[in-house]
Amino acid sequence: MSATIEAPIPASGTKPADKMIEVVGVSRRFAKRLDFAGRIAAKLGAPIRDEVVHAVDKVDLTIRRGEVVGLVGESGCGKSTLGRMVAGILPPSDGTILWKGKDRTRMHGKEARAAMLQAQMIFQDPMSSLNPRLKVAEIIGEAPLFHGLTTRSEFGGYVDDQMRRAGLDPAFKVRYPHQFSGGQRQRIGIARALAVQPEFLVCDESVAALDVSIQAQILNLFMKLRRELNLTYLFISHDLGVVEHLSDRVVIMYLGRVVEEAPTETVFARANHPYTQSLLAAVPRIEARKKAFVTVQGEIPSPLNPPSGCHFHPRCPHAFDRCRVEIPALKEVAPGHRSRCHLNDLPNHGGQPV
Amino acid sequence: MQPSVPASAAPPTLQVRNLRTSFFTRAGVVPAVNDVSFNVERGKVLGLVGESGSGKTVTGFSIMRLVDDPGRIIGGEILFGGRDLVKTSEEDMRAIRGNRIAMIFQDPMMTLNPVLRIDTQMIETMQAHRKISKEAARQRARDTLGMVGIPSPDERLKAYPHQFSGGMRQRVAIAIALLHEPELIVADEPTTALDVTIQGQILAEVQKLAATTGTSIIWITHDLSVVAGLADDIAVMYAGEVAEYGAVSDVLDHPLHPYTVGLLGSVPNRNKRGEPLRQIPGMTPSLLSLPPGCPFQTRCPRAADVCRQSPPMAEILPAHEARCFRPHLEEAGVAA
Repeated sequence: MSATIEAPIPASGTKPADKMIEVVGVSRRFAKRLDFAGRIAAKLGAPIRDEVVHAVDKVDLTIRRGEVVGLVGESGCGKSTLGRMVAGILPPSDGTILWKGKDRTRMHGKEARAAMLQAQMIFQDPMSSLNPRLKVAEIIGEAPLFHGLTTRSEFGGYVDDQMRRAGLDPAFKVRYPHQFSGGQRQRIGIARALAVQPEFLVCDESVAALDVSIQAQILNLFMKLRRELNLTYLFISHDLGVVEHLSDRVVIMYLGRVVEEAPTETVFARANHPYTQSLLAAVPRIEARKKAFVTVQGEIPSPLNPPSGCHFHPRCPHAFDRCRVEIPALKEVAPGHRSRCHLNDLPNHGGQPV
Repeated sequence: MQPSVPASAAPPTLQVRNLRTSFFTRAGVVPAVNDVSFNVERGKVLGLVGESGSGKTVTGFSIMRLVDDPGRIIGGEILFGGRDLVKTSEEDMRAIRGNRIAMIFQDPMMTLNPVLRIDTQMIETMQAHRKISKEAARQRARDTLGMVGIPSPDERLKAYPHQFSGGMRQRVAIAIALLHEPELIVADEPTTALDVTIQGQILAEVQKLAATTGTSIIWITHDLSVVAGLADDIAVMYAGEVAEYGAVSDVLDHPLHPYTVGLLGSVPNRNKRGEPLRQIPGMTPSLLSLPPGCPFQTRCPRAADVCRQSPPMAEILPAHEARCFRPHLEEAGVAA
């Protein structure tokens, strides 16, 4: 890993093979179009317009081969939308996503299919992502069979291998999803994703719905699979403890923008952005007894009508005039550590945590 | 909390003694709460911790006497203000519920009526339990909303529940619970669905309230770290039983029961980054087919022959109880 952070657009000299996925200036907007009556009213001069949510706003993100990147944020910050775009199941409104150095939208045929298979997604709620009318063997084996990764005659053995790898008893393959517990269902989701031999997994809140003891089992499984299969992960979670445990690097989002990005130790030891700092202060920890909960004031603003300038300024204890008008840039404050805050431009801060 | 009153002088707000609640289903009898005992002192917070199906919510519902058919309280006592709530008539219970004991649910929309304005609901709640003029009730409602940190309470009183965000709705639910200055609040996972910064705000309000009003709180949650920061005492539940009970620092720093040890090992912690978590093998057994003896024996690394009998709840260390034949005494710094 180089000492300096990479420029968002790859110079021709960098080795694209080291980068699993590269997200360059990606935005995603969701629009609620006016209905017929609304359009007429607008034509007649009523002050109504389409409502547009900038779910993800010009995000750059590079994930290297073998890396686990944690993507953290509160509800509505766009982390799931970004995850879906990275996994290739949602097209971006703007920007490009490079898969091993090549633009995924310009791929065709075989190459595009291979790229799709290599990036898989594991969802939060296993019950709503598993077809309730299919047996486990069909859920896990359907895609590899279709894509020619296994044959009809080898099908049974192939499914057994996938189930064993995810910690499931192959004898259960004739059962239906509702016959499993939450943790086992999540294992089915993992086995299904791994069955097409991906290199890259996007886990969207994959352990959020599980009990602590089951969550620990699934987290251990993720780490074991990473070692055995040399997997790369984008791990999306609101749980900082889980992200801290698993990730090499952490990316923090707030209202559609990346506000801070750094190696995991750096984020937890020297968070630069005031939002990251208040997020870390709010996390309850077992070591903290009878602590006085002091947290950032206010609520997450509506993404329909985000604040001007820095999105965090209405809640930020350090906000000053510039924050209200100018969007801060995501700047490097230390090698490999980027933060989007105007405070870093003030001479007396000098990139140090405030 | 109450330094002027010695702990032994004031009786606890709530004493639960050997409570048993079972559900009589077609598939069999489910012992959801099995011989559960604990105290909640005045102005203190008890954390009731457990995983899904451990019986923590049913315990809370039993205290409120809200257990519905096919569930029934089949034994034990719930002593509150000198009377046993298990034997209290439904009519008397209505006068206590929402007045002297209030409940906060995980989903605030369980408390709020979506088609009524906040002021209507709050005034109604006031007038249900005491003779109070509409104007005085509105004043009290406004003050309570301010107390839980809702900005511009005068205008917010006229809003409907859907006009509030999730965190604000939970604040309204807490305000309604506080209207009658209850002696006890049963809070069932009230911050589980909220974002961390909003959860922090709610926890800060709750802490302030417990300290200033002397209200006792039972905080039901699956999250050990929330309880670590909030509670005075902690009861860890497993398969309908209290596995371990004691002061927060005793239980979390020197856990005795292997289940508590496993639970603490399962929580990702900054000291163990990247290392495998110490997981508990297997999963919670079905309450319909519990093994005879200790319900944890099938998952317990310390299980022995003796565990096929039911361990009694025993005070293994001073003021630190566990239901286990083979507790972790070495780790607690005591020779076995």
